[in-house]
Amino acid sequence: MSEKVLMKGNEAIAEAAVMAGCRHYFGYPITPQTEIAAYMSKRMPQVDGVFLQAESEIAAINMVIGVSAAGKRAMTSSSSPGISLKSEGFSYLAGCDLPAFIVNVQRGGPGLGGIQPSQSDYWQATRASGHGDFRKIVLAPASVQEMVSLTFKGFDLADKYRMTVLLLSDGTIGQMMEPVSLEMGDVTKYDKPWAVTGTKGARKPNIVNSLFLLPEVLEQTNIERYERYKSIEKTEVMYEEYMMDDAELCVVAFGIAARVSKNAIKAAREKGIKAGMIRPITLWPFPKDALADAAHRVKAFVSAELSMGQMIDDVELAIRCKRPVILCSRAGGMIPTPENVLAALDEAGKIGG
Amino acid sequence: MVVFKKPKALTDAVMTYCPGCTHGIIHRLVAEAIDELDIMGDTIGVAPVGCSVMAYDFFNVDMVQAAHGRAPAVATGIKRADPSKIVFTYQGDGDLAAIGTAETVHSAARGENITIIFVNNAIYGMTGGQMAPTTLPGMVTQTSPYGRDVEKAGYPVKVCELLQNVDGAAYIERVSVNNIKNINAAKKAILKAFKYQTEGKGFSLVEVLSTCPTNWGVSPEKSLEWLGENMIPYFPLRCYKDKFAQEGDK
Repeated sequence: MSEKVLMKGNEAIAEAAVMAGCRHYFGYPITPQTEIAAYMSKRMPQVDGVFLQAESEIAAINMVIGVSAAGKRAMTSSSSPGISLKSEGFSYLAGCDLPAFIVNVQRGGPGLGGIQPSQSDYWQATRASGHGDFRKIVLAPASVQEMVSLTFKGFDLADKYRMTVLLLSDGTIGQMMEPVSLEMGDVTKYDKPWAVTGTKGARKPNIVNSLFLLPEVLEQTNIERYERYKSIEKTEVMYEEYMMDDAELCVVAFGIAARVSKNAIKAAREKGIKAGMIRPITLWPFPKDALADAAHRVKAFVSAELSMGQMIDDVELAIRCKRPVILCSRAGGMIPTPENVLAALDEAGKIGG
Repeated sequence: MVVFKKPKALTDAVMTYCPGCTHGIIHRLVAEAIDELDIMGDTIGVAPVGCSVMAYDFFNVDMVQAAHGRAPAVATGIKRADPSKIVFTYQGDGDLAAIGTAETVHSAARGENITIIFVNNAIYGMTGGQMAPTTLPGMVTQTSPYGRDVEKAGYPVKVCELLQNVDGAAYIERVSVNNIKNINAAKKAILKAFKYQTEGKGFSLVEVLSTCPTNWGVSPEKSLEWLGENMIPYFPLRCYKDKFAQEGDK
């Protein structure tokens, strides 16, 4: 078994990025993710990398665009209000088919909101993160170990599909310390013949661009991009099933909410309630098939979230509203307790029964 | 013997600029600088949003098209990814001096070793002639139909005057392309800005006063006169900063 080190969630992201071959980090201070920038400011010079504190979140993501266009791995990180500022960049990254790895350590909103953990950027992450038709791969870690493994994998997915991968974490996992293994294996290198590296007089100029004034052409770029999305939906879905074998009630929860839910499920089982959980690890692509399949077996679902109820939309879509879905919700920086989830399971048992 | 030919750093694409617009001259001067320094194979350009958005079709080098105002940040990323490359942005007044003010000032403050070609024609051309950050007091545009009232719309932004006070900037000069003499001076300035980058001297910006006959509502010929009579007095042509000026330089 590999040796484990004790790391804070945010720092684990940063170290995993370095291991994934990222040598360009652009950041801007915002709680509760600033440890990523602080760690990178120390770490990047040690590996001949670039740490740059940008003048804004907007500038930071555009610097990522520059590095990515030049064919190298780059990342930026922020928390909710800062991610809103990066929305323009998300759209351009998609339009230009550029890889990027972005981290959102969520805090409560809207507006300046608060600095306590939240999952209320779910819609922003999986839906409206900028103008135009596009998707991002959204990864939701539930432990510091997953901060490491999903960051490492995230860089690979970004290069593989030439798109943005968003690590959607929250202030709790960002700030907690857990023992982690940093053994991640080899980094896969991808050819990037499209990158702007200078023609050297040996090829035609490469143009990284999202402007297509002819609607027929622009439509075609969208169709091609969505073909890629279709294949991602087939092959890259990740989720964890917990006690689902004989479950009659299914909790759906990600990130910190999933950890709380595990305790609630254990407590429910002690009371004789057969509860289980499907924990999406990819929020896009969402584990639709797993949920649709569970809908044949369970009586009801509980969507447990640190928001007023956002992922519940995807749960209801996935199961085509075949079963009732009870919302277990805390917002504004509050974290649901196992008792909150248990109460929702009780309610689900009554309705679904 | 060929005494006048198209620079290698320009493609054969037909330019999309309006008749009489001086973007074409400025493109040519940039391309000549790239040719003279023999850096075409190592140069990467960043196009803005605005009339020159399709500069990626005209320069015969690798190009990235940036979001409105963000070209200096994108250029920063490209340069940091590979400092051996020559990276330039080509931006208009709305792009650089309004929506992209922060990116402009901070790329200068960091002393990014990039070159910015800033084309100032005192108007938003691509969107049909609205008031720009550099629109002159009293000047009529689509969104200043009674003339720019400085009491309500504020004053034009003088970019070179601002940036000369930024410690990180190496070379800041304002030039114009309204006559042969000024074109020759503009050529020297643009060449120097690129040369400084090849020598690792840091951030350079050349502001080029340019015309917009279409949206100014005058003939190409008149637009050159208008520029000389109205823009140059407000935006004086000179070198505002040169950290590496030699003895005897003006």
